Amino acid sequence: MKEIGLHIMDIVQNSIRAGADEISITLSESISKDILILTVADDGKGMDEGTRRRATDPWFTSRSTRKVGLGLPLLQMNAVLSGGGVKIDSAPGRGTTVTATFGYSHMDRPPLGDVSGTIALLIVSNPAINIIYNHQCEGNSWSISTAEIKEELGEDAVTDLTIVRPLKDIINESVSSIRNIEAGYDKY
Amino acid sequence: MEKLKSLADLKKIREDAREKLDLRVKGDNPGGLVLVKVAMATCGIASGAKPIMEFFVEELDKRGIGAVVTQTGCMGYCYAEPTVEVQLPGREPVVYGFVDRKRADEIIEKYIKNGELVEGIIPVNYEKID
Repeated sequence: MKEIGLHIMDIVQNSIRAGADEISITLSESISKDILILTVADDGKGMDEGTRRRATDPWFTSRSTRKVGLGLPLLQMNAVLSGGGVKIDSAPGRGTTVTATFGYSHMDRPPLGDVSGTIALLIVSNPAINIIYNHQCEGNSWSISTAEIKEELGEDAVTDLTIVRPLKDIINESVSSIRNIEAGYDKY
Repeated sequence: MEKLKSLADLKKIREDAREKLDLRVKGDNPGGLVLVKVAMATCGIASGAKPIMEFFVEELDKRGIGAVVTQTGCMGYCYAEPTVEVQLPGREPVVYGFVDRKRADEIIEKYIKNGELVEGIIPVNYEKID
């Protein structure tokens, strides 16, 4: 994975497969603290302690279609390479929260990449799941959710391919408005 | 294009687009919606499934084809990612492998529009080596 946006796409698939009704994605960036934190929290079926401990093992997977599971190991690798790490909180029936921490200025931290595109695609292709995206930057925050879009545009709007591009533009605009690109933040 | 600020703008864009789309959908696709599933597991994402999904989303919309685009997990064809499953209304689903932009374009123009099979199909009886 070359971008944080792709990691988000990947980790969220785990939540979808865990049968989540609500998935909350938070990206928190701070140059003053030199940290980038990605959190993906779901209300899916959760994992028992043994599964949780093996989740970052590349040779462990819950699938039968193949024998490796690289999503979390690759996220952990990129986080550790930039001086951070991955923490997984989970309990059966209580959902799972994955927190990845990166050193913001570290040269091995992947760029943010196309986060807005990822979020727009996730919202449109998973209409039954309430996807919440929250972006935080130095005390400012902005968020959008499937529920909000449904409320504003109607239930069926979230499967409409027409909204993907404008939705991505809205996310780009809104996130750009809460961060100062001249301070050295990534292109969003 | 003017920059968008709010969901109200999004609502307006969608209503304008829907008026146009409704006419086209009723014209050339009365049987229902085309279902496109892009495999979006780690293997798919690493092989470029996200830009391919974006391509399908934008082009199907632009070319006025009534479709639902969703994601699936890994189907076990990691060697052939990005893979895309296409189901035309009333037909069996077909899985295409090694889908790049060129092949995605062919799938839309030939298979989705005319039902004509294109190269890259993963046969249903394919069994993976364990």
